[in-house]
Amino acid sequence: MEKQEDCLVIGGHAFHSRFILGSGKYSLQLIEAAVQDAGAEIVTLAVRRANTKEQENILDYIPNGVTLLPNTSGARNADEAVRIARLARELGCGDFVKIEIMRDSKYLLPDNAETIKATERLANEGFVVMPYMYPDLNVARDLVEAGAAAVMPLAAPIGSNKGLATKAFIQILIDEIDLPIIVDAGIGKPSEACEAMEMGAAAIMANTALATAGNLPLMAAAFKDAIAAGRKAYLAGLGRVLTRGAAASDPLTGFLHD
Amino acid sequence: MVKINGEAKEAAGRKLCDYLKEAGYDSRAIAVEYNEAILPKADYETTILQDGDVVEIVCFMGGG
Repeated sequence: MEKQEDCLVIGGHAFHSRFILGSGKYSLQLIEAAVQDAGAEIVTLAVRRANTKEQENILDYIPNGVTLLPNTSGARNADEAVRIARLARELGCGDFVKIEIMRDSKYLLPDNAETIKATERLANEGFVVMPYMYPDLNVARDLVEAGAAAVMPLAAPIGSNKGLATKAFIQILIDEIDLPIIVDAGIGKPSEACEAMEMGAAAIMANTALATAGNLPLMAAAFKDAIAAGRKAYLAGLGRVLTRGAAASDPLTGFLHD
Repeated sequence: MVKINGEAKEAAGRKLCDYLKEAGYDSRAIAVEYNEAILPKADYETTILQDGDVVEIVCFMGGG
């Protein structure tokens, strides 16, 4: 039997990698190595006012064939997110957009209500919309209804490297939502990425975990392996956990005593 | 005065493409919002900045 390919499909586009790489907080010179060692096919970007002193174009550092996923960071409401998404599309990145709407700069938590509004408007404009959200099943259902192509729940506050703080709620989304659930924000270690993949997450998005690592490309490779391992484990189906007691792995007959 | 990326500039009467060039922007790497509407690149040549215009010039940067 031919082995079926295991693809991540977002808005009709198929990807082999399940690692979405952020490009913030590290040098442009490291991006290419990070993308290669991560095996990433999707890289996130931010849109900001252009500074004429900054002559380097980040797009020159991203390998060809990588899908660009601009975010709407800096948006405080749906109107601002729509505006940033349109500008990103004008910058020539394609139709993907990660909606990120925050009202406070202390905790950087996503505004779920505004995110639903922005998702609906951008999906109607033909964008492949990937909303970053606080994991809430009702909101996730509204995002599906609004036309999202994936749902991106946070694991922990952005940039915190605190891991799967919202694990139980992400599991509910994985179990109930018929779209790729991509765990975004807060994942600090490859083991946490692996755990989320074992739970059935479709992909992992990471930035700070790499940007703050001692060796960025090596950490990118570690995440790649962990994500692949977690995916295989999910597809294999994890073994059961006993509620109590033990179960021998060895034969219970033929002992060397009477 | 023309408000460009939040700053008042003496640019009224000038072509947008000339302003961008002199200010040092690489027009391939930017997108322009002109009075709250996205301006297609083809219009950079024909747009003459006027007093009171609001222009935003954006580009991609590293981000999550």
